[in-house]
Amino acid sequence: MQQRVKYYQTGTFTVGNRLLDEEKRTVQATKERNNSLTCGHRACQGCGEALGARFAIDAAMNAVNNKLIAVNATGCLEVFSTPYPESSWRIPWIHSLFGNAPAVATGVAAALRARGETKTRVIAQGGDGGTVDIGFGCLSGMFERNDDVLYICYDNEAYMNTGVQRSSRTPPGARTATTPPVGEHPGNSYNQGKNPALIAMAHNIPYVATASVADLHDLEDKVEKAMSISGARYVHIHVPCPLGWGAKPSNTIRLARLAIETGLFPLFEAEDGEIVDTTPIRKQQPVDEYLKLQRRFAHILKDPLALETIQAMADRNISRFNLVREMEVTNNG
Amino acid sequence: MDKPFAITLDIESSYSNHTGSWRTERPVYIDRLPPCNDACPAGENIQGWLHEAEEGKYENAWRILVRDNPMPGVHGRVCYHPCENACNRQQIDSAVSIHAVERFLGDQALKHGWKVEAGKDSGKKVAIIGAGPSGLSAAWHLRLMGHQVVIFEAGPMAGGMMRFGIPKYRLPREVLDEEISRICDLGVEIKLNSKIDDIPALMDEGFDAVFVAIGAHVARRTDIPARDAGTILDAVSVLQNVETGDTPPLLGRRVIVYGGGNTAFDTARTAKRLGASETMIVYRRNQEQMPAHDFEMHEAVDEGIMVRWLSTIKEIDDTSYKIEKMRLNDEGWPEPTGEFETIEADTLILALGQTTDSSFLEKLDGVEVERNGVVKVDESMMTGFPGVFAGGDMVPADRTVTTATGHGKLAARNIDAWMRGEKWQAGDRHEIAGFKHINPWYYTDAPKKLQPVLDIARRQSTFTEVVKGLDEDNALFEARRCLSCGNCFECDNCYGMCPDNSVIKLGPGKGFEFNYDFCKGCGLCAAECPCGAITMIKEPE
Ligand SMILES: Cc1cc2nc3c(=O)[nH]c(=O)nc-3n(C[C@H](O)[C@H](O)[C@H](O)COP(=O)(O)OP(=O)(O)OC[C@H]3O[C@@H](n4cnc5c(N)ncnc54)[C@H](O)[C@@H]3O)c2cc1C
Ligand SMILES: Cc1ncc(C[n+]2csc(CCOP(=O)(O)OP(=O)(O)O)c2C)c(N)n1
Ligand code: SF4
Ligand code: SF4
Ligand SMILES: [Mg+2]
Repeated sequence: MQQRVKYYQTGTFTVGNRLLDEEKRTVQATKERNNSLTCGHRACQGCGEALGARFAIDAAMNAVNNKLIAVNATGCLEVFSTPYPESSWRIPWIHSLFGNAPAVATGVAAALRARGETKTRVIAQGGDGGTVDIGFGCLSGMFERNDDVLYICYDNEAYMNTGVQRSSRTPPGARTATTPPVGEHPGNSYNQGKNPALIAMAHNIPYVATASVADLHDLEDKVEKAMSISGARYVHIHVPCPLGWGAKPSNTIRLARLAIETGLFPLFEAEDGEIVDTTPIRKQQPVDEYLKLQRRFAHILKDPLALETIQAMADRNISRFNLVREMEVTNNG
Repeated sequence: MDKPFAITLDIESSYSNHTGSWRTERPVYIDRLPPCNDACPAGENIQGWLHEAEEGKYENAWRILVRDNPMPGVHGRVCYHPCENACNRQQIDSAVSIHAVERFLGDQALKHGWKVEAGKDSGKKVAIIGAGPSGLSAAWHLRLMGHQVVIFEAGPMAGGMMRFGIPKYRLPREVLDEEISRICDLGVEIKLNSKIDDIPALMDEGFDAVFVAIGAHVARRTDIPARDAGTILDAVSVLQNVETGDTPPLLGRRVIVYGGGNTAFDTARTAKRLGASETMIVYRRNQEQMPAHDFEMHEAVDEGIMVRWLSTIKEIDDTSYKIEKMRLNDEGWPEPTGEFETIEADTLILALGQTTDSSFLEKLDGVEVERNGVVKVDESMMTGFPGVFAGGDMVPADRTVTTATGHGKLAARNIDAWMRGEKWQAGDRHEIAGFKHINPWYYTDAPKKLQPVLDIARRQSTFTEVVKGLDEDNALFEARRCLSCGNCFECDNCYGMCPDNSVIKLGPGKGFEFNYDFCKGCGLCAAECPCGAITMIKEPE
């Protein structure tokens, strides 16, 4: 349905909008959303991971008529949600180990197939450590076999649950418990990093996407699309961690948004190994706007070389994914 | 105790874990005062009526609007809209065109004949002197409260300076007439050609209170040495004659208007329309110092009016005007330079401001009259004489239609209370929603819609309205540019972005509530609220 006046005050930038057609509003805006990860969980104040998980799993539940099983790797998401015998999950949910969630999910999918339950779908989820480091072998196997599982990684850029140790997603320069701000090169090393979404694409699986808690419409669209496809799928969600990043809990969304606007966290979508869409930056920001809100970068703010290097990473993303371009009039309805 | 190995608790959901106990600060919903509302001299709830207009609910919007101001069609055209100078959207692109939406609503009301009902009869009777915006506004509000109202107007028509000052090309008379008759339809009696000069006698006729709003109509003059004076007129009478048509002013081809206020520009533009091909404004000071608004000067210049800044008229000899150039001294005052020039003109029109003829009020015990007939009032708009209130141009304040209208409302509220032996109390003032409370990221880029303007040729020869209204699509778009400063517009950001599901959505029009059993006080909801309708407060002990 086309509305006559194509302008809606906040467009699709806000969670809801009373002026938008119902079908253009998010799942999160509805009173009926599932609250798959509900309150009473023990995540820190302002936890981006708790938010991202509810966003993603509610969207998936909505897409598959509430027929969903989730497998969870060890990590904050598992620990804060389910200190046995209590749980904040309102879906069938299994936890096994830190590194084997993709393999367990493969097994759940196989069991459902064996029982002829073709309507119930499987999601596996974990943190960046569980996914990109220790679980990566299992994950690659799940991709290569094209098992019917959506894997969601909640990327908070370190091993948060055990006290902020470095992971392969920790950005250059960042302070963690294992990369202290001392010596000639304080903080995390300036390596080339590891981009699991691009590696997932190298498996030519049907669907790969990156998303952020700061762009809910985009995140929900991607999860919904992932659930409409069968085979192995991967969605990588950027979720700021106030504790590990040394940021104010109220800045979680702002940081996620700045990661997009600086180019440090590019949003894109790929099908069968090819990029099909990227989300342009709306109001481009220099990287220090992002870095200065986080104590983990406090020691590099006065280091021009470090700032230059991080800005160069952002610029590389911007050109590689064509992030600065005329905006399509997407937010006018 | 049939529990699994090593488990001592019952299996249950996390609802038993009340994370609200972690909190040191809590979010609360608040209404901050939108800066536009704060700046409106008529005290309109602008954000409130824009909110309805955004949904296309124009009649609701109009009903909210006329609770404060009975003449949106007039104000949408002539108000100098100080609200827009305060609008937070200026910091993003440009102010919401509040006046254009107000005008649209005013015109919709006339088109559809929307009306309101008078209040239940109170048995009290109020006399109003003067049917300008201030008197008319007071009448509207007093009728809504159920009081009987009679307006005594000296002139042959109601409207005051809205009719005898502001020219038709800025305020078409159909709009003025219809908005006045809607006020009369509430049961307001207007007695025309009824000049009042004895207030005690009037009160003896059974009025419980009087509101005086006689404006400022006496033209100020200046002494210019003249050997043989040509035609010298004053601006107010020229504009009035154009309106009444009694004596259509014969101005000639070359006209000088002396003064730098809005009246000077209106007079010059009127002279142009009456056929004066060379119309020039002569003003003692410079452009920055002129009291007229820039838009008015630009519209006049577009129509071919010439302006001579820093110039005074030194001498007149029939049609020759000796002009002296001025320069600003260090204090910024104009002083003569001794450089002269002579200009030929058929008519000189003086637009040097107006004073009030309040001599009949001076006779009343306790009434204090200042320079130029201005009458002093207290914060309840009452003069020193009990039961006699005053407002509009005749009291010390900005001389605008909107201020006069606001005074009418304020006086009505105070008169209502006074007649009951009470004192009216203004409600608590909320904190102003400043731009620092706004999260601008969320608002779509949306450049302002411009109002169409009549072509120059017709502007130079006819009194057709110069600035046109917005059509419905553009008015709706413009309303939707509003940021809803300080007041929830149900964008669902708090509801969606709480990591602890601690915001309860109550449904359309009902807003949200916090669930303090689980809210951890992270402040995300407040940070991501686009319009500043949530604040964090220290957790109560
Ligand atoms: C040329 C011109 C252009 C203007 N343009 C604008 C504009 O664009 N926007 C704006 O906001 N303002 C404008 N103004 C100012 C605005 O018109 C006045 O501030 C406003 O009308 C004042 O309202 P009022 O009710 O106090 O008095 P008025 O409008 O002056 O009304 C007073 C009424 O009282 C009547 N009256 C006077 N004495 C008596 C008596 N003794 N007994 C009975 N009745 C009496 C008069 O006849 C008159 O009808 C303009 C003024 C002029 C002169
Ligand atoms: C095999 C194994 N090694 C180590 C651990 C301890 N451990 C539990 S969670 C965790 C880190 C989780 O990090 P990440 O996956 O990024 O999730 P986050 O807590 O940051 O959300 C570690 C090291 C474990 N549970 N199992
Ligand atoms: S954006 Fe809306 S509420 Fe805010 S000042 Fe402007 S008109 Fe008023
Ligand atoms: S976002 Fe939720 S937990 Fe955080 S302050 Fe708001 S209501 Fe409380
Ligand atoms: Mg992590």
